[in-house]
Amino acid sequence: MEIYKYIVKRILQTIPLLIIVSLISFFIIRLSPVDPLAELRLNPSVSQETLQKESQRLGLDKPIIIQYGKWAKSFIKGDLGITSNGEKVSTKLKERIPNTILLTIIVIFLTWITGIPLGILAALKWKTSFDRILTVLTSIGMAIPSFFFAVLLLIFAVKTGWFPIGGLTSANFADMTFVGQVKDIAHHLVLPVTVLFTLSLAGLQRQMRANMLDVLDSDYVKFARAKGLSEFKVIYKHALRNAVNPLITLLGFEFAGLLSGAALTEYVFQYPGLGRLILEAVLKSDINLVMASLMMGAIMLVMGNLIADILLIITDPRIRVKS
Amino acid sequence: MKEILKQILKDKFAKIALILLGIIYLALFFADFLATYTKDFSDRTMAYVPPSKIFTIDENGKFSKPYTYNYIREFNQNTLEMNYRLDRSKKYYLKFFAQGQPYKFLGIIPMKRHLVTVEPEGRLFLLGTDINGRDVYSRLLFGGRISMTIGFLALFVLFPIGLLYGGISGYFGGKIDAIMMRFAEAVMSIPSFYLLIILASILPSGMTSIQRFILIVVILALIGWASFARVVRGMVLSIKNQEYVQAAKTIGQSRLGIIVKHILPQTTSFVIVAMTLSVPSYILSESGLSFLGLGIQQPDASWGNMLKEAQEFTNIIYRPWLLTPGFLIFIAVLAFNLIGDTIRDILDPKSKVR
Repeated sequence: MEIYKYIVKRILQTIPLLIIVSLISFFIIRLSPVDPLAELRLNPSVSQETLQKESQRLGLDKPIIIQYGKWAKSFIKGDLGITSNGEKVSTKLKERIPNTILLTIIVIFLTWITGIPLGILAALKWKTSFDRILTVLTSIGMAIPSFFFAVLLLIFAVKTGWFPIGGLTSANFADMTFVGQVKDIAHHLVLPVTVLFTLSLAGLQRQMRANMLDVLDSDYVKFARAKGLSEFKVIYKHALRNAVNPLITLLGFEFAGLLSGAALTEYVFQYPGLGRLILEAVLKSDINLVMASLMMGAIMLVMGNLIADILLIITDPRIRVKS
Repeated sequence: MKEILKQILKDKFAKIALILLGIIYLALFFADFLATYTKDFSDRTMAYVPPSKIFTIDENGKFSKPYTYNYIREFNQNTLEMNYRLDRSKKYYLKFFAQGQPYKFLGIIPMKRHLVTVEPEGRLFLLGTDINGRDVYSRLLFGGRISMTIGFLALFVLFPIGLLYGGISGYFGGKIDAIMMRFAEAVMSIPSFYLLIILASILPSGMTSIQRFILIVVILALIGWASFARVVRGMVLSIKNQEYVQAAKTIGQSRLGIIVKHILPQTTSFVIVAMTLSVPSYILSESGLSFLGLGIQQPDASWGNMLKEAQEFTNIIYRPWLLTPGFLIFIAVLAFNLIGDTIRDILDPKSKVR
């Protein structure tokens, strides 16, 4: 029961946070000298009526606080306005967000199933040449600019022809069978996933290695060894469990980092995700779209942290006691 | 400080990294002299010329002073391609420490000497040219000045803000602390790169390049202060109950005075570590921003905006020399990371991240 109470409390805490985020984003965007409806005005296919409706919905003639209130009201109702092309913002987001989530989840999954074993191995073989080589490799992985790495992989794709260059689906995607479609998407995902995987693997592997080294140095591991337990049991039953806990907090941060890193990667690979959407929106100064995707990014980030916290409550009983 | 430097030099990797960075910064300082051309030089007839070939053996098979040939651009009617051919009719000898295009060293002292140059009609492009016929090698040097300093400048803006914010929040505590920290958390909840591009996009166009540079610095600083302020606040919480702070309070020192004079100086070592650790991330942010065309604008060079041309397939496949800024970013970031890791090890012997 205690757990549920804590979880509910934690969820409620995110609400004021998101309100402040929306206030900050709103004021940044409104402070800009750009006319929010300039693009719409110039677009001949947008009727005068739509313009008027949009201007009224945003309350552009009223003071900024009231504008914010109006925006917040329609945001909660799920009305995000229209883009400068006259499309609905919400449909656009529905199209893009799943793609970004797909990309991030695959990357997180892959980094965890490779980063943790590599971290453990490096800790167990501390200061051997294996450990050294891994450290050098992760240093290199951390230093490559994501967009540059993406460009290099694109050259590779063009030269070998092994991978499609950008996008998420092939031109004949609609005609494929279900299995074919899954294969097609997977084929397109290989390169963007490689870029983001390299970026985030280094951090996770290092953290895991550091945690494991700390734990291996602790009294209870020494005691377990002294008791005569097999090395396997010492490591997997006593050390590992304690070393993984701090990583769960890292999961939330990782999610945040991936969202940011993904924006550039998505841009280079022409991947239809949230990051590229916000970039296009910014370049076209499409205010509604920018505002909505900024909020979505923040919500995803806050959710990531929330999930990490809840997982931590479940795995680490100490936190429950403290609260 | 001296101790730290000594220990860095003990570490093999960190030593190499430090030397490398030293060379880079020295080269950037003398960029005007090392560059073959000035910042504004462009030869429109020489777009996308490959790196100049330098010969040391002449056509008779004898050793000669190093010389180079100009390239001729020809349009091939059959393949519809641009071809580059060496114009073997005239040799241009490389001249070292000779007079070349005039420039102002450090913006003040007028000078003409360049490390290496050729006759005015000759063209020496050590790393080829870009779409406007500008020398990539020279632009690498001038662009590096921006790319490699912008991170430090951003930190100089960010640290006072973060220190003061974290200091006030931690020292006052209570409601002020709660409100200030919620605000900082909210800033951290916006994916940083999204915030970065939005801030950059609202910059009005038509600014001078210096104004733009300063504003980009400010924007970079606006991204990072929140997480820094949070750590400072944590440190202040543990410092504020120490006896000397109580003593300062009893003498009647003002609260702001206590924060600035007595509490914040205690965080210096953390500030130094945080600085070296975060420089690379600012270098990467700036290059990413400029890569997208939202950061430093043409005609100014930065490593990020030079890579902008790598967005086109034809460029990256047929003109690989345009990718050189990427390798430099990689080397600089790697070097900063290695030094940062070593400093962290030195100040916190328990940490075994490396």
